[in-house]
Amino acid sequence: MDLVVSTVSQGLLWALLAIGVYLTFRVLDIADLTVEGSFPLGAAVAASLLTAGWQPIPAIFMACVAGMISGVVTGFLCTKLKIPALLAGILTMIALYSVNLRVMGKANLPLLQQETIFTIFPVGGDKSMTVLIIGAVVVLLVSLACYWFFGTEIGAAVRATGNNPHMIRANGIDTDVMIVLGLLLSNGLVAISGALVAQSNGFADVGMGVGTIVIGLASVIIGEVLFGTRSFKNCLISVILGSIVYRAVIAIVLQMGMPPNDLKLFTAVLVAIALSLPLIQARWRKMRMV
Amino acid sequence: MLDIKDISKTFNPGTITEKLALRKLSLHLAPGDFVTVIGGNGAGKSTLLNSIAGTFPVDTGSITIAGTDITKWPEYKRAKFIGRVFQDPMMGTAANMMIEENLAIASRRGRTPTLRWSSSDKERGHFRELLAGLHLGLEDRLESKVGLLSGGQRQALTLLMATMVRPQLLLLDEHTAALDPKTAEKVLDLTRKVVEEQQLTTLMITHNMRDALRLGNRLIMMYDGRILVDVAGEEKKNLSVKDLLAMFEKAAGSELTSDSLLLS
Repeated sequence: MDLVVSTVSQGLLWALLAIGVYLTFRVLDIADLTVEGSFPLGAAVAASLLTAGWQPIPAIFMACVAGMISGVVTGFLCTKLKIPALLAGILTMIALYSVNLRVMGKANLPLLQQETIFTIFPVGGDKSMTVLIIGAVVVLLVSLACYWFFGTEIGAAVRATGNNPHMIRANGIDTDVMIVLGLLLSNGLVAISGALVAQSNGFADVGMGVGTIVIGLASVIIGEVLFGTRSFKNCLISVILGSIVYRAVIAIVLQMGMPPNDLKLFTAVLVAIALSLPLIQARWRKMRMV
Repeated sequence: MLDIKDISKTFNPGTITEKLALRKLSLHLAPGDFVTVIGGNGAGKSTLLNSIAGTFPVDTGSITIAGTDITKWPEYKRAKFIGRVFQDPMMGTAANMMIEENLAIASRRGRTPTLRWSSSDKERGHFRELLAGLHLGLEDRLESKVGLLSGGQRQALTLLMATMVRPQLLLLDEHTAALDPKTAEKVLDLTRKVVEEQQLTTLMITHNMRDALRLGNRLIMMYDGRILVDVAGEEKKNLSVKDLLAMFEKAAGSELTSDSLLLS
């Protein structure tokens, strides 16, 4: 039972990362590697501010703003300076490694004595239950905000930019602005995710961003395959559930005795298989037809 | 309405693939002109249309629409004046979005988007009416994704989207070329209807000489980045495909080699 609660609560905290990756990878059609830097950035900013005596909610808010700025930097690199999006993300991510060290002053910042979002709202009794409830509330609020925003005129323009830039330019929308806006929102959410994970883990670490893009992709793809992609609302729910399922899969393979050091390899293989699934399915169908 | 003065465009200047696509081309369209554009491959038809739409900047000259000099405007800003239908049916609509969402975007062409909810019930009724006018049964499929539609349906929808907000200038770039003959005919009929009803100033590229003669009040023929033939009114009405070929040969004169004549 404990394991289930902690798995679901971790899944919820990381679901914000998954939604962020969904916004770039699926909505904007860009593989944005900024997340590998904006996730620990969110953790670093929140941890530093908490250590400096800030309240958890303003600290998380500032983490979100920092993440948004990193998204704008990537957006600027790829729209105004015409650097390919993948490379632009990598550049920001590498730059953020140094920024994160500066923000924290050292490579690892413990949060053992500080008040966190999970200690100021002691709901649910034990710690994992608290994380689960607060995680669920945050994910619900973010999902509602995303659902609303992407239903507005601007939100529809962002979605159309990722879907068909020719069409949306022919309708008078500046695609550059929409790409920057999408990256801003995505990395803001990723930074919130980093801030929450740091508070739940009790520390921020400069290396905690490694592999986040793959974790995000795994959640997005698992969610899409298992829970569908009919509408934007459906996709949002799928991605959140995908994040929880991903955590469950990880928990199960760890229980089965896989060394934790092999986790990243496992995740990478999982994502590679999931990404190639459509191709494999098509081949399989062809072979059966013959 | 549209005033083009001495525009030139060279692609890949200074390289081995350098191509002079437009040579000091000038063109004036009066309000309500429906001009068909013909010419062989590489004559510069699409370059002309894309220059007007702002897909790329021109090297020299100026482009003015309704008294506004738009030569330096980016593509998205020109959408305020210009409605477009592309040759590729995939290009004019967002495939992963619903018909309703595509129409909602088109209904605000040229306006800055706001944080208002994208489509309202009132708009939906209006969309349904407009779709019913296409006679394609799309009025009951507002929530279908556009990707599920056929090429012809998508072109009809794009035409509707391009004219929902009345454009000062409608640009049609061989918009029926990718369709089968029957569907092409339907989309052309629709084009004629829309242009007549709204009295649109229109520039339509076609590779079909009969369509070029049948539609519009004026016809221009391009060759090697220039306008060779420009006929309008009664003179155009009385033209035949044969006349057109003869005019083309006469105007192009000695430069003309038979294999550059890809007019059918």
